[in-house]
Amino acid sequence: MIVRIMGEGQVKLADSHFAELNKLDDELLEEMESGDEPGFRRTLHALLDKVRELGTPLPDDALEPSELILPSPDATIAEVRDMLTDDGLIPG
Amino acid sequence: MSGVMKRMGMIFRAKANKALDRAEDPRETLDYSYQKQLELLQKVRRGVADVATSRKRLELQLTQLQKQSSTLEDQGRKALALGREDLAREALSRRAALQQQVTDLETQHQTLQGEEEKLTLAAQRLQAKVDAFRTKKETIKATYTAAQAQTRIGEAFSGISEEMGDVGMAIQRAEDKTAQLQARAGAIDELLASGALDDSSGLAKDDIQSELDRLSGGTDVELELQRMKAELAGGSGGGQQAIEGGQGQSQPHSQQPQDTPRFDKQ
Repeated sequence: MIVRIMGEGQVKLADSHFAELNKLDDELLEEMESGDEPGFRRTLHALLDKVRELGTPLPDDALEPSELILPSPDATIAEVRDMLTDDGLIPG
Repeated sequence: MSGVMKRMGMIFRAKANKALDRAEDPRETLDYSYQKQLELLQKVRRGVADVATSRKRLELQLTQLQKQSSTLEDQGRKALALGREDLAREALSRRAALQQQVTDLETQHQTLQGEEEKLTLAAQRLQAKVDAFRTKKETIKATYTAAQAQTRIGEAFSGISEEMGDVGMAIQRAEDKTAQLQARAGAIDELLASGALDDSSGLAKDDIQSELDRLSGGTDVELELQRMKAELAGGSGGGQQAIEGGQGQSQPHSQQPQDTPRFDKQ
């Protein structure tokens, strides 16, 4: 599957890692909803590290959509909330 | 209940599909999208240039602050040599305030450098994708009927619009950061121009210098005598430095004019 890290580009990783990432992703959502900024930061960085470690970068000229999209490392809870609730925020 | 990254993926894809669904003939969408991509590329390049401008401005300010800081240090040293510990203390406490500003600006400088790097890379990625899209677009237009083109266009389209969404946000964030820093830089320019950087005594800008000038009329002779005595007493004279004074600027090592470049405020 293909994962995008916002601000960094896309990586490809084996579908077998999906379960592992999924667990972290659910944690991330919980921390976002409870407003736990330090926890959110920790989990986000754990997720990013995993994706970077397990994935290989896609070439710049690839035109494939990503199945999963991760916020950039310095994104705040508020920014991510905005992205999830208001798709008008994403310039198209 | 799906997690954050799954939802974000869905939102981006939905956005791309919505744009496609609106099109009468999907092949027109290709051309329209390509125009949008070129516009965004322009915007990213402008963004990089803006960040670079802000970064250079910070560098200039840093140089000026460092210069003021070393002037104050010299004044402190001279005041001490003239036996005026109160003046020396004042000079050094102003210098400490300046150093605080310097540290602060250095942090901001790093932030900007990071943004500049990120945007430069984003511009490269986007450029590569736009080129790939153009090739694909021409192939699709030449090869397929409108009905057949639908799926192929969808494939090309979702990849590029995701990139555009990402880059568009990166640009937005860089603009916000730059604007914040610009405002602060403007404030620092004013401080530099007025020379009032944290003047805790409430005295005028050149008070330390004028006091030193007043004091050192005639004192240099005393200092020179002391130095000679020290030499005669067997020291190598490396201790006391004679201080030139009386004529305003008294730093033997900095012969540059003291004019400070002014920046336009936006």
